[in-house]
Amino acid sequence: MLELNGVSKTYGDASVVERTDLTIPAGRTTVLLGPSGCGKSTLLRLMIGLIRPDTGTVLLNDTELTSENALAMRRRIGYVIQEGGLFPHLTAEGNITLMARYLGWNEQVVGQRIAELADLTQFPRDGLRRFPAELSGGQRQRVALMRALALDPDVILLDEPLGALDPMIRAELQTDLRNIFRWLGKTVVMVTHDISEAGFFGDSIVLLRQGRIVQQGTLRELVASPADPFVTQFINAQRSPLETLRGNFE
Amino acid sequence: MKRLRWNLAAALLLNGASLLAQTAAPEVKVGSKSFTEGVILGEVVTQLARSSGVAALHRRELGGTQVLWNALRRGEIDVYPEYTGTLRQEILAGRSIPDDEALRQALAEQGVRMSRPLGFNDTYALGMKEQVAEQWGIRTISDLRRRPELKFGFSSEFMDRGDGWPALRDRYRLPQRDVRGLDHDLAYRGLDSGAIDVTDLYSTDAEIRYYRLRVLDDDLRHFPAYDAVLLYRADLPERAPQAVAAMLRLEGRVTAAAMIEMNARVKLDRVPETRVAADFLGTNFGLSTAAKEESARDRFFQNTRAHLTLVAISLTAAILFAVPLGVWAAKRPRAGHAILAIVGIIQTIPSLALLVFMIPLLGIGNAPAIVALFLYSLLPIVRNTYAGLHDIPLSVRESAAALGLPAGASLRLVELPMASRAILAGIKTSAVINVGTATLGALVGAGGYGQPIFTGIRLDDVGLILQGAVPAALLALLVQGLFELFERLLVPKGLRLKPAA
Ligand SMILES: Nc1ncnc2c1ncn2[C@@H]1O[C@H](COP(=O)(O)OP(=O)(O)OP(=O)(O)O)[C@@H](O)[C@H]1O
Ligand SMILES: [Mg+2]
Repeated sequence: MLELNGVSKTYGDASVVERTDLTIPAGRTTVLLGPSGCGKSTLLRLMIGLIRPDTGTVLLNDTELTSENALAMRRRIGYVIQEGGLFPHLTAEGNITLMARYLGWNEQVVGQRIAELADLTQFPRDGLRRFPAELSGGQRQRVALMRALALDPDVILLDEPLGALDPMIRAELQTDLRNIFRWLGKTVVMVTHDISEAGFFGDSIVLLRQGRIVQQGTLRELVASPADPFVTQFINAQRSPLETLRGNFE
Repeated sequence: MKRLRWNLAAALLLNGASLLAQTAAPEVKVGSKSFTEGVILGEVVTQLARSSGVAALHRRELGGTQVLWNALRRGEIDVYPEYTGTLRQEILAGRSIPDDEALRQALAEQGVRMSRPLGFNDTYALGMKEQVAEQWGIRTISDLRRRPELKFGFSSEFMDRGDGWPALRDRYRLPQRDVRGLDHDLAYRGLDSGAIDVTDLYSTDAEIRYYRLRVLDDDLRHFPAYDAVLLYRADLPERAPQAVAAMLRLEGRVTAAAMIEMNARVKLDRVPETRVAADFLGTNFGLSTAAKEESARDRFFQNTRAHLTLVAISLTAAILFAVPLGVWAAKRPRAGHAILAIVGIIQTIPSLALLVFMIPLLGIGNAPAIVALFLYSLLPIVRNTYAGLHDIPLSVRESAAALGLPAGASLRLVELPMASRAILAGIKTSAVINVGTATLGALVGAGGYGQPIFTGIRLDDVGLILQGAVPAALLALLVQGLFELFERLLVPKGLRLKPAA
């Protein structure tokens, strides 16, 4: 379980996260949703300790995240970002196993782990020896996911992991990802600004606006009982293709 | 059998002893400036010292006055030929020195002794074709007053100098109106063709013999005296009394005519200085000093070794120092700006100035050259290391941090490999600059390919210049090629791929 208590973060005089309390339930997928610049990525960075909050605390399974334990805590959290953030000088396998090798895992265990991960993410074995520059966008995201999962973390954080992909690949990966999350039963926090993606993944959706939580609940709850006019406004802002068609006929 | 073994042992011992004697530090180190007359006199002094049974070494073509003077003060050389006028103008400028006795006194305060004049005065002078001078009966500058129609052609330097043409004209009240400024070489040819009748020259120029010129007597003592003397350390007479006695035999024995002749043999006839010096000593002192001449091949290998030594040591040190400095600059933005600024400023110091600046601190030889080259090699490496690390995308740096990699491991496993191409490119640039700049090492006695280049410039010998310039250029190309090979071996393959669309 991941908990934020009264967390705020400012850059200069811009308040990016304001006194936020948020509980991410274990074993489920929570989606952070909101317009660009509302502070979603900043919240993820706070959760994994890449930045320190100005006030408040972040707790992972009741342990507070501090600068002393940051390295150890990060190893219990997987992190995937848009475009993958893969290391271009290492092969797919090198990327996935960098941390395990650094920690001195024995080669046999490492090999086994790669095999498991490749099966899990349906990644072709021969692709493991390729460099990021030799992989497609979808394959790169699968490698980024394998890298995040390599140490078998308790929590996985994903920052718009599918944002840069074309719609077909994106749909395919959405399904695969959801299956993987369900199968692993891990605590997942995923950032998106796509409402339908949020509904597809999210057991729980957290809608943010200018560094504050506007509402937390299922998509159904957000649609049925919006806490604020902004909720409806945000949901309606994204048209489905069918709506667009209907609009043209009228 | 037994005896044979003893003989062998004795022979080995003797050989060892003579080897030791050969490699022992020379007792007298002679220096010379980087121009022909200086080198010839340095060679004469060296051979004289050797003739007294002392091991002497000639560090030739060390550069200019400041280099030699500092080397003498620091004891890196014991003696070198100098001119009284230079001492007054450059070393003791601003002090009032009425005569040579006062000069000797002022030098003694600095632990330096001065010989009596060697016999010739190498100063500005006026010269005419011997034939023309004879025809008009001109021996002195004053004689020129009687011939207002004579045409004068002076080097532009002489036209502008404080003690040059305007002052000379006023002093001697010369009436000539046809006076023009021209290039020195053209002036000699002008004399030959009759386009001009009189030009300025140095009183021991080789060309005096070649063009058969008469040097006019400066009867009103207008030009300052540049009497050739030997400067030596005050402690030398105790250390090597015979050598000093031998060297001082030169006092009053080198006439202007002899010096002109020697200059001409070296500059115009291309005879090596060692031979010219030996002949001079043979004729005037009845000494037969074996002039040992190195073959061109030996010289080439010696220069190559010296050049490679300079480059290898300074570049290795620069890499070891500049890469961490670049990392530091990238990691600490505030210090980074200061570091880049300082290293950038070092780069703007003219290389010659930097070398000369090193001499009071480090003396002559390899040390100042290596330190100067080291400093010059820093900027490209520091800047490229900084840029290479700085340009790593935030997403990659965050991914490494998010894995829980400590900063050091992230640097070693992720950041430095990603910056490797930029770093290597910086090292390559440094190496190429280094190979070229190392030619200047010859000016401070470090040898290398600069040696034949500077000797060639001095003797106006293109062949000799090429003996240094061509290997230096080839070495630069070789180094470049070598680093391109390193790039293939060291830069991770993943960085050399173009990303898939
Ligand atoms: N290091 C930083 N320095 C200054 N301002 C920052 C920094 N990081 C983020 N911000 C600002 O904080 C705000 C929130 O940024 P954040 O990246 O969390 O938004 P986001 O919700 O992830 O947006 P997007 O959907 O566009 O990714 C933005 O206005 C951004 O400009
Ligand atoms: Mg973001």
